[in-house]
Amino acid sequence: MITISNLWRGFNKNQVLRGVTLTIEEGETMVIIGRSGCGKSILLKQIVGIMKPDKGEIFIDGVEITSLNEKELSQVRLKFGMLFQGGALFDSMTVAENVGFYLSEHTKLSKEEISLRVKERLSLVGLEGVEHLMPAELSGGMRKRVALARAICTNPKVLLYDEPTTGIDPVMSAGINRLIRKLQHELNLTSLVVTHDMACVYDIADRIAMLHKGEIIEIGTPQEIRSSPNPIVQQFIIGSSEGPITGDS
Amino acid sequence: MRKRLSSFLITLGEMSLLFWQILIGVVRSPWRGKSILDQMVQIGINTLPVTSIMAIFTGMVLAVQTYHKFRQFELESWVGSVVATSVTRELGPVLTAIVVAGRCGSSTAAELGTMKVTEQIDALKTLAVDPIRFLVIPRFLAAIVMLPLLTVFTDFVAILGGYLMGVFRFGIRSSLYIDATTNWLDPEDILSGLTKALFFGIIIIVVSCQRGLDAQGGAEGVGRATTSAVVISSIFILVSDYFLTLMLP
Repeated sequence: MITISNLWRGFNKNQVLRGVTLTIEEGETMVIIGRSGCGKSILLKQIVGIMKPDKGEIFIDGVEITSLNEKELSQVRLKFGMLFQGGALFDSMTVAENVGFYLSEHTKLSKEEISLRVKERLSLVGLEGVEHLMPAELSGGMRKRVALARAICTNPKVLLYDEPTTGIDPVMSAGINRLIRKLQHELNLTSLVVTHDMACVYDIADRIAMLHKGEIIEIGTPQEIRSSPNPIVQQFIIGSSEGPITGDS
Repeated sequence: MRKRLSSFLITLGEMSLLFWQILIGVVRSPWRGKSILDQMVQIGINTLPVTSIMAIFTGMVLAVQTYHKFRQFELESWVGSVVATSVTRELGPVLTAIVVAGRCGSSTAAELGTMKVTEQIDALKTLAVDPIRFLVIPRFLAAIVMLPLLTVFTDFVAILGGYLMGVFRFGIRSSLYIDATTNWLDPEDILSGLTKALFFGIIIIVVSCQRGLDAQGGAEGVGRATTSAVVISSIFILVSDYFLTLMLP
């Protein structure tokens, strides 16, 4: 489904990604873990073509996307839905306009049909009666749910989640995790989640990859990651302040 | 110093590229009527109160200054022609553009900058919508229509201000003042001013949109983008005014 090969990306003198190689299979939920600022979100933006790599290749369903122009990329992007860290809801639009944005821009559906589809997507993420509200009137958890409803309104094959549980309380986090699982099963999606919330990781991951110093240093099932002999992985998943990660930094 | 110069040249290059993308977009993509109208209201109607105050006082001051000098040569009756020519050729377009740069250029840079740092621009791209066509082109089209219209309004109000001073403060006969205004005012004067206004509209939108779309680093970055949008627009307006004055008849 998604193959990333030897991906490099830097900003000025700071090399963030140093030859990332990763394959995400169709239908699986892959979770990428790593410290804040290690390049997880940058990796997601490269996959969806918002940011170009300095070097390396990304294949989506066999199509290499790093050399595509903006118009060709737009077509590839239609396969993706993306949940941004802060939701990235358009704050000049209502919830309904946000969720139905893709449909009003790219389809010839009538207002009534769009409104029906918006209600359906909102109810899938557990929200009802919020269509008329503005993003500023929503809580953090609600914003994430609305953003998720907007992301799935495009009927994507792949959903990318950038820190889905950051900034919300543990109960809401558990709700978001359940939602990610539910969407994967009901819509048969491939999911790529970037997070450093380990509770979320074990809850949703089929496989976990750890990104450290711009490289993938470990990939495996949650069980394999838990029992990894790598001290960097162990320090990260335990959440210890002492160990090779902090020694390195 | 060298770093600042190279950064300025890069910004200039990005503005040229944005202008080129706007021109292509204007020709190739369908126009968004509602967005254009909204922006016309923002740039035109909502700026009217400020431009009215600026224009009437400019016209009055110009009449006072001209009257005191011209009285020494007993040319008081010519005050109207000087006010009209100065306003239509120079002060009308320049002052209107400076007001619009301060009011609308800053808000455009702030709005687009906020959208950039909160990932709303990225969200547009993932929904296969080109931010330039969605956000910039409606503003561009609105500005190139509204700047000349606002300038006509400014010219009229400033000339009215001059008339009020000339006739009611200095006792110049009303018919004499109107004759001096209309007899010496060529269509070329008005056309020259309106051409300048068109160029200034392009400058304001290209500069403020580029600064907004280039914003980085949260609230501070948005603040920097907003300030630089107004400063750069104002400088470009004044510099281009000199060259336009040399070129236009």
